This record gives sequence, C-alpha cells and structure tokens, in this order.
Amino acid sequence: MATRHDIAAPPAKEGGAAPGRAPADALSAEAAKKRARLSRRWQRDIRWSPYAFVSPFFLLFLAFGLFPLIYTAWASLHTVELTAPTDMEWAGLRNYTRIFDDEFFWNAAKNTLTIGIISTVPQLLMAMGLAHILNYKLRGSTFYRVVMLAPYATSIAAASLVFVLLFGRDYGVINWVLDMVGIDKIDWQNDKWPSQFAVSSIIIWRWTGYNALIYLAAMQAIPQDLYESAALDGANRWQQFIHVTLPSLRPTILFTVVVSTIGASQVFGEPLLFDANKGASGGSQHQFQTLGLYLYEQGWVNQHLGRASAIAWVMFLILIVIGIVNSVISRRLRASS
Amino acid sequence: MTTTLTPPTGTTATKTKPRRVRRSKAARAGGQLHAGPIAYVILALFTVGSLFPLVWTAIAASRDNQRLAQSPPPLWFGGNLFDKLEIAWKDANLGKAFLNTTIVAGTSALTIVFLSTIAGFAFAKLRFKGRNALMLIVVGTMMVPPQLSIIPLYMMVAKLDWSDQLQSVILPSLVSAFGVFFMRQYLLQALPDEIIEAARVDGASSWRVVWHVVFPAARPAMAVLGMLMFVQTWNDFLWPFLVLTQNGNPTVQVAVAGLGRGFTPDQSLIMAGALLGTLPLLLVFAIFGKQIVGGIMQGAVKG
Repeated sequence: MATRHDIAAPPAKEGGAAPGRAPADALSAEAAKKRARLSRRWQRDIRWSPYAFVSPFFLLFLAFGLFPLIYTAWASLHTVELTAPTDMEWAGLRNYTRIFDDEFFWNAAKNTLTIGIISTVPQLLMAMGLAHILNYKLRGSTFYRVVMLAPYATSIAAASLVFVLLFGRDYGVINWVLDMVGIDKIDWQNDKWPSQFAVSSIIIWRWTGYNALIYLAAMQAIPQDLYESAALDGANRWQQFIHVTLPSLRPTILFTVVVSTIGASQVFGEPLLFDANKGASGGSQHQFQTLGLYLYEQGWVNQHLGRASAIAWVMFLILIVIGIVNSVISRRLRASS
Repeated sequence: MTTTLTPPTGTTATKTKPRRVRRSKAARAGGQLHAGPIAYVILALFTVGSLFPLVWTAIAASRDNQRLAQSPPPLWFGGNLFDKLEIAWKDANLGKAFLNTTIVAGTSALTIVFLSTIAGFAFAKLRFKGRNALMLIVVGTMMVPPQLSIIPLYMMVAKLDWSDQLQSVILPSLVSAFGVFFMRQYLLQALPDEIIEAARVDGASSWRVVWHVVFPAARPAMAVLGMLMFVQTWNDFLWPFLVLTQNGNPTVQVAVAGLGRGFTPDQSLIMAGALLGTLPLLLVFAIFGKQIVGGIMQGAVKG
C-alpha cells in the first residue's frame, strides 16, 4: 500500500506541477522548493509513522513486562529482603535449592495442577454446552448472554468473599441444600478436596459465561452448508455436533485451553481470600495453597523477595513448557486434519 | 503461538448474515433451530447459578451478623441493607476507594484505547518493515502473565517511594497486547483502504488520517475495548493489593478485601462492601451488556 501512496502522493521530488503547466513566473521556483520539502516530509511520514504508532506499546511492554521479567531472574540469584528491597546480596542458586527442598513448594505445585484441572475442565465443558444452547434461536437471547457475563463483571475479591459464606460449613447455603437432599455436612474449608473444589468453583463461576460467548462466536462462524450436507448424509444433531461443530471449533478450543491454563497457573486471589485464617498459607494444612499464593507467602509474609523471584521464574519456565506442549499439539492437530 | 490464534474463518461478521436467508427443512444443529423446552430449563439453571451469588450478597448484606450464623441461612432480604451499606462505606474507606479506582481504571482504559487504536491501525493498514514479526511479538506477550513481573516492579515502587500512590498502579496497567490485537482485528474489516487512500490523495499526514479517518471508523470498537479494560482494571487485585493499603489510598478491591481480614469479621458488613464494589460494574453491564457481549464475541472469533 505504501507504494500506492507514493504514486498518489503530491508532486514527486523534481517538484513540479504537471508538465503542461509552464512555470510562469519566479514564484514557481519557490513553490517547487516548498513542494519538494513537503514531499520529503511526506516520505518521512509514510516511512516512520507506523513505527511511531506501534512504539508506545513496545516501550511500555519493555518497561513493565520484559525488563521486570528478566530482572526477576537476576533477583532470584540474590538474597533480597522485603524490608530493604534495594539491598541485594549474591546467593547463587541457593534460593532455588531452598524452594526445591521445601515440601510446601511441591505441595503448592500439586495444588496448582489439581485446582487447574478441577477449574478448567468442567468450566470449558459447561461453556461448550452453554454455547451450543445459546446458538439455538432463543427468545431473549441477549438477556441470557448478558446474564452469563455477570459473574465476569464481579471481581475476584467480591466473588471469593461471597463464596466463603456460601461454602460455610455450619451456616452456608450449599451445605444447607445438601442437607435437604440427605448429604452430610462437608467441611469446605479444611478438607483437602472439598476446599480445592470450592476454590475452583469461584473460578468456574466467573469464567464459564465468558468462554461460552467465545465458543458461541466461533459456532456462529461455521458455514451452514457443512450442517446441511451432514444432514443430507443422515447425521442426527448429536452426530452433527461431534463431526461438524467440534472439528470447526478446534482452534478456538485450543485458544481457550491455552488462556485458561495460563490463568490457572497464576491463581492467587481466590485461595488467599478463601482462607479462614486470613493468611497466605492456603488453609491450615496448606490444602489449597497455589504457586501464586506460595510466591506471595514467601515474598510478602516471610519477606524473602529473592526466594519469591525464584518461584516466579519457575512459574515462568512452567509456562514455557506449557507453550511448547501446546504448539506441538496444535501442529499435530493441523497435520492430522 | 499465533498459529493457535488464527481465526477459524476470516470474515465472520459479513458471512453470518446471509445465512439467515437460506433456510432448509433438514434437521440441523446450527443456529436456525428453535430451542426446545429442555434448552430453556438448562438456561434457567445457568441463569440462577450466575445470579444467585450476586443476589445472595445483597441478602446477606441486608441481614446482621447473628442471622448469618444461624441455620437455615437467610434466603430473603432483611431490613438492614442501607445501614450496612453506610457502615461498610465508611469502614472500608470506600469513598476514597471509588474515587481512586475511577481515576485508575479511567486513565488506564483511555490510554489503552488510544495506544491500541493507533498501534492496531498501523498493524492493520500500514506497510512497514518488520510488521509481521512485531505483530507476532505482540501476540506472544499475551502469553506472559503480568503477575510474574511483580517483584522488580515492587522494588521499583519501593525505590521511588511510590507505595500507596496511584501512579504505581496505573503505569503497569497501561500495557495491553489484547487491546492492540483487538483493534487490529476490528480495523482490518471496518476500515476500507479506499478511505485512507482518499485522505492521502488530499494530502493528509498519517496523524490526520488517524484523527479524521481511523478514530471515527474505530469508535464502536474503541468503546467496547474501553469498557473491557475499565472492567479489568477495576477488578485488578494482586498488584494494587501489594502496593496500596486499605487505610491509605486503596482501590475498591483492596478496600473490599480488607473488610474480610479483621479479627472478628462482621460477615454482613463484608457482603455490603462486596456489593458496593460490584454494583457499578453490574450497572455498566446492565446498560451496555449487548455491546460488551458483541465486543467479546467479535474479539473472540477473529482471535
């Protein structure tokens, strides 16, 4: 396109109006110079303004994304105390050996994995089902879509605080409902799996509707002919869903899986606020302490910022592994289709 | 990474429309069929599931602490709602928190919208060396969660003595790869090349093109992006929680989270605070819900 601009651009370098129009007086020389100057400015503008337009993003990312990320690696090789965050003392790999020797690190890693699975899998499955229903002709379809998005508008803080009460052992609504159908009281705070389920349910609640909208958008983009020819081949609705809808959604599904996985690896606010002891331990037995919360506990409760940096960097490496696995899978999928 | 993000189909907004015209009687799982009663039942369940925690927040806020420590739990409103809201407002420093959060979320949303629109325009409509590589980097940065950068940022804040100051929350929130991507996708289809050409022929500089052509064309997407970013910044928790304090200069989330951390927490007060912190956004969603839903879906398909 830039080339076309050049053609369309006002007078080119030699400066002049159309050849037919003869330079009548002395003014024209000056005018030609002026045009040449304008034209040079024009060239510069065409050439450099795209960089000017994209540079603010990259500068901000350098300052608040990339540089801190790299500096985290540097800080993870030092002893840094929260009370004096600018005093750094070389520590080599000691921060890493300390966290790898800490059983709570492994506990947090396991919890992050299990909470990640408990929160992501049902969330995406429900979102898929919901999107399928929303894709029918519905009365009041906008209403349902907005309602499904209401949890997304609710903050982690507000949602977690409400869910703590809903999941209360003695007076919570959920145990009360379970009691009515004859299920004994569940200790949603102190028992390992119930507490992980409760924390996950906050995440599921907040994100299911959002993911459903993303699936719905992708479903609406599937060409109708695919369904028509499948129907002609005698496929019933379920078969159409399996053989037309799901394959068409593959890139979208992969996208939501990646985004949810990244989100799940970072969970912090929900377990922090779900803790009855108001601490960062993720429950009395660390039963729902995630890596994000463990990082916070090491850095801001135990005041070892260097160690927290090591945890952050380990979390980053985990993400890179996830990214590689994901790209391998997506390449395989594309090769097979 | 980009490979996974490539859209299922390119130009959806335009393609979906003619679909409605073509109807056949064959059974289809696609968009034309009317939903049966089961679908409505399931939708009703999801509606209750989505709204119940929010409604119950208001119910709990309208009761007192003793009532919340009784079985069965209250399922209808009591008479204390406005008293509790008033107390929570004062206790949690919510007046200041609202002002702060409006400043933070407003500044951040406006800046992101502006920067994303010009960057998105450059990526969508201008040709320059390294464009594809740079776009790839933008998409790649979406995969790096900002949480992993908090420790050096915290050191910076400590060094600059910026704790409890709003700029320490605003500055890191101005980066949005999603915004750039979103605006690029929108401008690709919403801004015809011919209009830009025409402006160029008239001698408009790039800035004039942005001002007089791009901004008017991008307005709907800018509004949606602004709302999404406002919601996101409004709800941001970890970073504000680290650098702001409840009694100093909190955002709403910091103030609300602080309510739950007393020794003998008054549960109904906590709920009142949570309700107050959520209401403004629920209001925004109630009014602009349709546009926000449209924006998310638009960003999704093409992303």
